[in-house]
Amino acid sequence: MRRFLDRHWYAYAMVLPVVVVIAVLVLYPLAQGVYFTFTNINEANIANPVLDRAASYVGVGFRNYLKVLSGDSSYGAFWSTLLRTLVWTFGCVFCHYTVGLGLAMLLNRQVRGRALYRVLLIVPWAVPAFISAFAWKYMFNAQFGIVNQVLRAVGLPGPVWLGQSDLALLAVVIVNVWLGVPFMMVALLGGLQSIPADLYEAAEMDGATPWQRFRHVTLPGLRSVSSTVVLLGIIWTFNMFPVIYLVTGQNPNTRILVTYAFERFFAGASRDYAIACTYGVLILSVLLVFATVYRRALRKQGEVW
Amino acid sequence: MTVDAAALRVAAQAARTRVAGRRGRRSRLSSVGLHAALVLAALIAVFPVFWVLVTSFKPDSRAVEATPKLVDHSSLDNYADVLSGAKGDFLAWFGNSVLIALLTTVIAVFLSATTGYAVSRFRFPGLRPLMLSFLVMQMFPFAVLIVPLYNILIAIGLQGTSIGLVLVYCTTAVPFCTYMLKGYFDTIPSDIDEAGRMDGLSPFGVFWRLVLPLSTPGLAVTAFYSFLTAWGEVAFASAFLSASDQSKTLAVGLQVFVQQNRTEWGHLAAASILVAIPAVLVFYLVQRFLVTGLASGSVKG
Repeated sequence: MRRFLDRHWYAYAMVLPVVVVIAVLVLYPLAQGVYFTFTNINEANIANPVLDRAASYVGVGFRNYLKVLSGDSSYGAFWSTLLRTLVWTFGCVFCHYTVGLGLAMLLNRQVRGRALYRVLLIVPWAVPAFISAFAWKYMFNAQFGIVNQVLRAVGLPGPVWLGQSDLALLAVVIVNVWLGVPFMMVALLGGLQSIPADLYEAAEMDGATPWQRFRHVTLPGLRSVSSTVVLLGIIWTFNMFPVIYLVTGQNPNTRILVTYAFERFFAGASRDYAIACTYGVLILSVLLVFATVYRRALRKQGEVW
Repeated sequence: MTVDAAALRVAAQAARTRVAGRRGRRSRLSSVGLHAALVLAALIAVFPVFWVLVTSFKPDSRAVEATPKLVDHSSLDNYADVLSGAKGDFLAWFGNSVLIALLTTVIAVFLSATTGYAVSRFRFPGLRPLMLSFLVMQMFPFAVLIVPLYNILIAIGLQGTSIGLVLVYCTTAVPFCTYMLKGYFDTIPSDIDEAGRMDGLSPFGVFWRLVLPLSTPGLAVTAFYSFLTAWGEVAFASAFLSASDQSKTLAVGLQVFVQQNRTEWGHLAAASILVAIPAVLVFYLVQRFLVTGLASGSVKG
């Protein structure tokens, strides 16, 4: 024991502050959050010293989970919301990746004004997301929004984008794609530049077509950076809150899991904390399962991660 | 990062000379196509920001014209209104945002630097679970912590205050900063540490006198990024700050413009521009290093 401490004490001393902070600010609240999912905690029975009121919520067993997982629409229609969340996540990440890769490949060529293009193309990442959300809300307005102006100018009908229809979901996906492409582009550009040019030369010597070069040199060369940014992208998008909240508000057509959890936590009369917690725990479980599967799949392909 | 960056630069340079040799072969048509695609993409990227800028000079009534013009009774009135506090206490929001983001950043970077170094250099029992927990915390949805944190803040009387929000932001900022800094420390050759130990420095001395000064760029990038994250956070700020105008951050305060029945788009746009300018400046200062940090941290984790 003594030798053990002698060898490692400085490492533990250096790690200690963060471990304490994580224990107090993350692990303890997490445990409490899981505990709350088995109670009926809400605005009326939470402990509140300001009102001089003690906690009076009681345990209800698995009832919250049953309510949510039954898919009841008064509890957020869990399964259809989950499906919408998946459509939202994979739609966004797919577009992020393909558009980002396309732009990265264009920027990776010797092209005049490359630095300028790069600066302009990452503007959506530089602007705070809530500002962009307001900007798009303005542009998507049915009457005076510039999007419909353009559509009408080319003879197309100008629909109500942010109303009660799936167009609203399309609109927020467009906004989020616009927001997320620069990160992918810059990350993939870094990956492209680390692929040795010899490989392309050799492929060209062997008479590979551009498509074959893309398929057998570029994509394998991007494998490790891709697997990371796609995983990050999926997690970020799954938990993406401000875009939907600020562009469409509490529109059931754009409701994803995190926005519904926030609605339950914060929205007017129905401040039902137990359901919000239940949603939180379910979201975390989905992500953990996904990350594990993803990791396994990469391992199988021989990727060390 | 230094080593990697140097290698990358060499590779990039080699690629450039080769491509340049091939350049004559690209036909005029494909060159035009390349530029057309890039110009189109750049236009789409920049247009919303440009449009907000244009709108910010228009009076609210002109911002909702059915046929918008670039210049329509444009003036600086919106900016004057926003800055003078005629439309909500903009300067107080700004101050709150700066204070909260700054405190979060300082605490997070200060706490996480030593840990980032320890997990980068030492092999000690508990290292793997610790790294794994950092990774898992990257995927925490705010929804799982929002209720317990609210409960705790009420209990200790910090609900609705800036300090309470700083504590809440540390839950995401500390793991994130540790992760970023670990990635950065990994790129500093450990020969330096060994040389320091040879010269009689303690492990803390090595960290404090050798590694930390070498890591200033990494520390700066991490700090700026966690600052920007706190600057733009919406969910916790909307839920946890008290309703009084004085205590709002920018992300909450600006929602006032859209929540009223008659949205004041001109004023919102002006406020947006004022908020975006500092963030964009900071972003362009650090973006070059940002992706390397994010990617290397997560790949090598």
